[in-house]
Amino acid sequence: MDSLLVIENLTKAYGPIDVLKGVSLTLDAGQTLALTGESGSGKSTLLHLIGALDQPDGGSVMLDGVDLAGLDDTGRARIRRDRIGLVFQQFNLIPSLTVSSNIAFQARLSGRHDPEHCAMLARRLGIDALVTRYPEELSGGQQQRVAIARALANRPALILADEPTGNLDEATGDAVLDLLLDLVRETGAALMMVTHSTRLAARLDRRLHLSRGSLTAAAQGA
Amino acid sequence: MLYTALSTLFSHWRHHTGQLAALVMGLALATALWSGVQAINAEARDSYAEAAATLGQDRLSRLTGPNGGDVPLADYIALRRSGYLVSPVISGELRLGEARLRLLGIDPLTAPPEADPPALQDETLDLAAFFTNPGLILMTEETAGGPLPPGLPEIVISDTIPPSAAITDIGTASRLLGQTDPSYLLIAPSQPVGLPPLALATDLHLQPPDSAADIGRLTDSFHLNLTAFGLLSFAVGLFIVHAAIGLAFEQRRATVRTLRALGLPLRTILISFGVELAGLALFSGLIGLILGYAIAAALMPGVAGTLRGLYGAQIPGTLGFDPIWALSALGMTLAGAALAGAQALRRTAALPLLAPANPRAWATASGRAMRRQALVALLLFGAAIGLALWGGSLLSGFATLAALLVGAALILPATLGLILRLASKSVAGALGQWLFADTRQQLPGLSLALMALLLALAANIGVSTMVGSFRGTFVGWLDQRLAAELYVTVADSDEALRLRAFLGDRVDAILPIASVERPLAGRPGEVFGQADHPTFRENWPLLQAQPNAWDDLAAGEGVLINEQLARFADLDLGDALTLAPALTLPIVGVYSDYGNPAAQAILGLNRFTDMFPDAPQTRFALRLPPADVAGLATALREDFGLPTEAVVNQTQIKRFSLQVFEQTFRITGALNVLTLGVAAFALLTSLLTLAGMRLPQLAPVWALGLTRAQLARFELARSLILAALTFVLALPVGLCLAWVLLAVVNVEAFGWRLPMSIFPADWLRLFLLALGAAALAAALPAWRLARMPPTTLLKVFAHER
Ligand SMILES: Nc1ncnc2c1ncn2[C@@H]1O[C@H](COP(=O)(O)OP(=O)(O)OP(=O)(O)O)[C@@H](O)[C@H]1O
Ligand SMILES: [Mg+2]
Repeated sequence: MDSLLVIENLTKAYGPIDVLKGVSLTLDAGQTLALTGESGSGKSTLLHLIGALDQPDGGSVMLDGVDLAGLDDTGRARIRRDRIGLVFQQFNLIPSLTVSSNIAFQARLSGRHDPEHCAMLARRLGIDALVTRYPEELSGGQQQRVAIARALANRPALILADEPTGNLDEATGDAVLDLLLDLVRETGAALMMVTHSTRLAARLDRRLHLSRGSLTAAAQGA
Repeated sequence: MLYTALSTLFSHWRHHTGQLAALVMGLALATALWSGVQAINAEARDSYAEAAATLGQDRLSRLTGPNGGDVPLADYIALRRSGYLVSPVISGELRLGEARLRLLGIDPLTAPPEADPPALQDETLDLAAFFTNPGLILMTEETAGGPLPPGLPEIVISDTIPPSAAITDIGTASRLLGQTDPSYLLIAPSQPVGLPPLALATDLHLQPPDSAADIGRLTDSFHLNLTAFGLLSFAVGLFIVHAAIGLAFEQRRATVRTLRALGLPLRTILISFGVELAGLALFSGLIGLILGYAIAAALMPGVAGTLRGLYGAQIPGTLGFDPIWALSALGMTLAGAALAGAQALRRTAALPLLAPANPRAWATASGRAMRRQALVALLLFGAAIGLALWGGSLLSGFATLAALLVGAALILPATLGLILRLASKSVAGALGQWLFADTRQQLPGLSLALMALLLALAANIGVSTMVGSFRGTFVGWLDQRLAAELYVTVADSDEALRLRAFLGDRVDAILPIASVERPLAGRPGEVFGQADHPTFRENWPLLQAQPNAWDDLAAGEGVLINEQLARFADLDLGDALTLAPALTLPIVGVYSDYGNPAAQAILGLNRFTDMFPDAPQTRFALRLPPADVAGLATALREDFGLPTEAVVNQTQIKRFSLQVFEQTFRITGALNVLTLGVAAFALLTSLLTLAGMRLPQLAPVWALGLTRAQLARFELARSLILAALTFVLALPVGLCLAWVLLAVVNVEAFGWRLPMSIFPADWLRLFLLALGAAALAAALPAWRLARMPPTTLLKVFAHER
């Protein structure tokens, strides 16, 4: 079976700084992968390239057989809309829309809105009482749960999460991650998650470490 | 310490040059529009005064011979010897074939200062040569270039003389015209104390100042209109200033907190802000003055053209510089900046030392502020309605305007918020929903700019409705009032007899128009005797009339009065009006009489001649086929010998008034576009400042699958939606504004009310203009968004812990 994501020899530099110096990796559908690395090592950069949010200087990203390098702005926007679920560390939500509109937004954009699915996600994430509120009226943990619900509502093939629990305290972070992993497994999506915590990383199928622009297998449980 | 505070606070501008530019430009543009309008007004007023003084010193009473003829020289000498301040004038016409020159010989030594022609105040003029033989003669270059009678002394060019006229010393005029007796004597307004009244001291005929220049009074309305407009423009500019100052203070909260934490007293910080604001206001005010001067200079030819049409006088189409004008404009700017800064200063003073700089708190507070503003607006609307209905003075008229406009501006954000909320609830697509919801979220940041846009649009609609209504009504009214083809004024009853003989059957009808000055309802007024003729019955514009008004009038059993008199004295149809001790008649009709401040009544001609047998019948309306008008007018001047101004062709008057309105339109049009430009600029600066703060709102939408180009198009759409909604709200405000100007302010200022006409085609043009302005304002931020590097958008999601 073809891998969902195939990355070959990816390079990216910001001015004189070579952030990624030839990164390669594959990820199968339904797999979960933890990406660790020091601050400034390029984890977010790699995630952005995979998510069609930015363009690499060299190398290729193939998502479901589609080469992202061959896409223009509109094509990249369509990939983000249809194939990818995003959870960032902060500012995930659209402040002018209510929680329920936020959850449904991407699914409605790609024409795959399923109200029942959305309602189920909200229930599972424990935010079904909050759906008429606005993001500013939620705590950080509640906001991240809404972001997770939104990322899953569209039934994406790949979920990219960049320190989704980075702004949360440990207990809240653990609870949020539990929900994320459960739901990812239920929906059959692949997950690539950036985290600083080896404790959290240990709970995913695979672990990779980014250092000096290249990937290495991460030490278990260190 | 003050210096440290100042330099720390001021360093803010080094990183926010755009904001600084917005502040300076806002203040400068506000000053420019206000001072430009003031300059035009002041200059135009001076020009009227000059024109009036040059043309016939018609603001002074005169003495003429017993039957309107020349004054015997001996009478003049006797009056001077008794100590009266009178000054002789010889006026006449020099002709030779085609060439004709109206000559005004004055005596500068005895002329009262009010009558001194401005041409003589020119310091380069050799006054000695003016007095002595062979003398000098002053005329415009145009007149000097045309055919001239022979034998004139040396010509001096002066811009301030009417066309085809010349001013010279009385001695020179006497020689040229072969006339020794003065044509009339000008009476200085203040005579030496202790002398008996002039009327008792002489048999000469005392003629009060000419009040016939009805059209001239229109200009007062024109000025009122411009002044109101200037104020509105200033207000629009102030909104920008308010926005820029508010933002600058908001962004320096953290700095202020740090400075205070370091031990700087709040007072020092507030003083620093004050000094900074005053400095900026002064600097921007000076730029504004220069700009205003440029605006006025650019529009001045239009004003000069207007006056030329009004007075037939050449007015210099250039501006003088008046330091008072400049100082008052600067004062306005400083006061405006203080007003705009007061709120920001108060907020700074109230800033708690330890509160976190939380922009969210500010936004939620603005929701409450919007509701409070809406409440104040409703109170203001109530006040406006009360003032309009029961105010009863010019001041309350302007107060109505102010309450209306401020109220409309204040209620705008809440109204827009409501509309956008409903829209976002009722659209189906995710993007449409987001567009409206997001637009609503921008309201607090854009509300000042949108208020400026609202005021600019409302002013635009209001002023053009007013000028348009004015024009339509006035031209229509002229059509009615000047139904006869020619109006002729003769010197005395002898000439009137000769005129009748001369006209013979060259005209269809000769309709005498006789008048006397009489107090009416306790005010100075004029009573006219009018012949019974279809010309009047069919055309005279009656606002209200009893069924057989014209028959009653012809039979001498009723009287018509003008609207002014009816309003002043609160007279109605059927009320009795006393015209003379022995004559009290019921009012059978009220007619409109625009451009005239005085009371008037019309009596049937027969009754009039019975009551006032001494009233000279020297004015006539002539009916004749239109094709013969020009020929007869020439014949009356050339063969019968009437002076040019004694024969008035009604088409000429209509052309003059139309010209006046065209010029007024041009000027208000130019000012309208400028004001709209200022509002667009306010929108641009607000959008630019918002653009930075907006990234957290836009980045998620982009990440979820929109392109930057799509986002940019949404930014444009947002701006267009807001402009369109603001226009829709500005329309009723503008119409109310026009109504207040026409039905309240004009009535209080001039005593007559104008019916309002509306011009939907203008609205469409304005609507497109507003959309264009909004698109222009949003273009730069949208373009920037379309080209924004993805990393800038991605930065939103990372770090910043
Ligand atoms: N827009 C940018 N311009 C210039 N340099 C950048 C930009 N974005 C990232 N970098 C640099 O690229 C490198 C990698 O950044 P990246 O954000 O990918 O690191 P990270 O591994 O996600 O770090 P963290 O754990 O702190 O989030 C850093 O050195 C950063 O300074
Ligand atoms: Mg990162």
